[in-house]
Amino acid sequence: MNEQLAYTIEVFANGLMAGVLYALVALGFVLIYKASGIFNFAQGVMALFAAMTLVGIQNGQVPFAHLINSIFGTDIHYFGWTVHSAFAIILTVGVMVLLAVFVQRFVFRHLVGQEPIILFMATIGLAYFLEGMADLMWGSDIKTLNVCATEGACLPQGMNVWLEGTTYEALGYGFFIDNLDIVASIVAAFLVIGLVMFAQYTKQGRAMRAVADDHQAALSVGVSLNFIWILVWSLAGFVALVAGIMWGAKSGVQFSLSLIALKALPVLMLGGFTSIPGAIVGGLIIGVGEKMFEFLIGAPFLGGATENWFAYMLALVFLVFRPQGLFGEKIIERV
Amino acid sequence: MKDMSDSYVTADGRTIGPVVMEMKNITLRFGGVEAIKDISFDIREGEIRAIIGPNGAGKSSMLNVISGFYVPQDGEVWYKGSRRPAMKPYQVAQQGIARTFQNIALFEGMSVLDNVMTGRLTHMKTGLFSQALWKGKAEAEEVANREVAEKIIDFLEIQAIRKTPVSRLPYGLKKRVELARALAAEPSILLLDEPMAGMNVEEKEDMSRFILDVNDEFGTTIALIEHDMGVVMDLSDRVVVMDYGKKIGDGTPSEVRNNQAVIDAYLGVAHD
Repeated sequence: MNEQLAYTIEVFANGLMAGVLYALVALGFVLIYKASGIFNFAQGVMALFAAMTLVGIQNGQVPFAHLINSIFGTDIHYFGWTVHSAFAIILTVGVMVLLAVFVQRFVFRHLVGQEPIILFMATIGLAYFLEGMADLMWGSDIKTLNVCATEGACLPQGMNVWLEGTTYEALGYGFFIDNLDIVASIVAAFLVIGLVMFAQYTKQGRAMRAVADDHQAALSVGVSLNFIWILVWSLAGFVALVAGIMWGAKSGVQFSLSLIALKALPVLMLGGFTSIPGAIVGGLIIGVGEKMFEFLIGAPFLGGATENWFAYMLALVFLVFRPQGLFGEKIIERV
Repeated sequence: MKDMSDSYVTADGRTIGPVVMEMKNITLRFGGVEAIKDISFDIREGEIRAIIGPNGAGKSSMLNVISGFYVPQDGEVWYKGSRRPAMKPYQVAQQGIARTFQNIALFEGMSVLDNVMTGRLTHMKTGLFSQALWKGKAEAEEVANREVAEKIIDFLEIQAIRKTPVSRLPYGLKKRVELARALAAEPSILLLDEPMAGMNVEEKEDMSRFILDVNDEFGTTIALIEHDMGVVMDLSDRVVVMDYGKKIGDGTPSEVRNNQAVIDAYLGVAHD
């Protein structure tokens, strides 16, 4: 097989995998935007917060250790135990649900009916509050995240040797695909199927779509807006946790993790702010697009490093020609 | 007026049951404005009860009090024999009181069928996971709910547009879809806020027929607000007349028609 072609396919596959990770972040945005019209700037920080909480619980870290020590003059940092990953994930989901209740009860319940820009500003405030909270609870040092089912059976890292061997034998060229990316793709696929089934077939999913469409009508068929908003923020928190685990396992849990939200923006512009499948397709297009562009045009002709800006440029082109994105609802202002 | 506790049979052979809802001395204020002043009336099971009055009489406010969208400052709402505490609109809906809106509140992005199915939300009981996986009891429940929805769609003659997104429908049909969604809840009381507003004569006749058929076929208790006097007199068993937030008349259409206060305030002084 032509080596150049094989290499192109490899780049394409890696682009798809990167796209899945972008899509994971974008999903959280879509969920909240769809149900409440809030563009949640804090989604990236929620991923950071979730990942830090997970690591903290796993390592048996004492939350607010610094605060406690400076007030009481103690010197405690760890409980001295470690928590199994599965249990830690369940606890973290619990924390994210509490966060959802908190956000709804103390912030957005008081802002019902406000202008979108005010809701947006509130999420910016929330983002910095959460970042500070994450720092206060778990400290600001970079942590490594290992999610393990049993001793030794952790989230895999590095190249998939089997795939490389097989493709080498079959094509004469070994594909380099990261194990973690493969896992992330599978997890993302399940997550999306789960979310779509939830939205289509469950009572709560129907209620969620109803709230997204018309508040008054939703009330009249017996749907509690408050409950649905808490549910949606919880779901977004769960998605943030999944994204946090994948990104955290890839590059360590550190504060720059919250910047992945910026990568989700072009994905949303492509896929539309209101479409779950759109977030996935948008993510894949951005992922593949930026890898292929770098490989075919960027590196040979433009001196490389085009991955930093390609996604935003693509989003800009989309904004000009199709502002509602590929799958988003057409923007029609009521007159 | 008939005895409050007993059932009776109307001239056209329908049985009107005992009182299902009673409003006692309701007063509703917005700042300094009294929208409803000390109004009491009741709704009996199986009847069509109309609330009429000129613009700004407080009819819609009264409907919003019944459906929980407004909370009155004074007065009590009694429902099925017990006093109803202050409730959110969604809790009132869960108690079996469905409504439509004067300006239509439909889920514009959904199909007609999906809209009608949301009316079944209060009847969906099975767990989250079985619903997501669509197995066993959840599937049976979904099928049953779907049957009710389809029956109502048939009944209101909107089969042809079942799959059409609501946003593409003309006004008259939207009104009918909204009625279908409210009916899908199989409500104890159905509240209709100006069901015939903005319709032409033909559409009004259709809607009147549907309201009568719904009441006749399902025995649904209906409370409606309407502007068009002719329509109201033909449709309803009993009428409450409001003017400037006060109740000025209450009784059968013929009683109301001959009530001097009503004639003066609403119908205008007789000319012959």
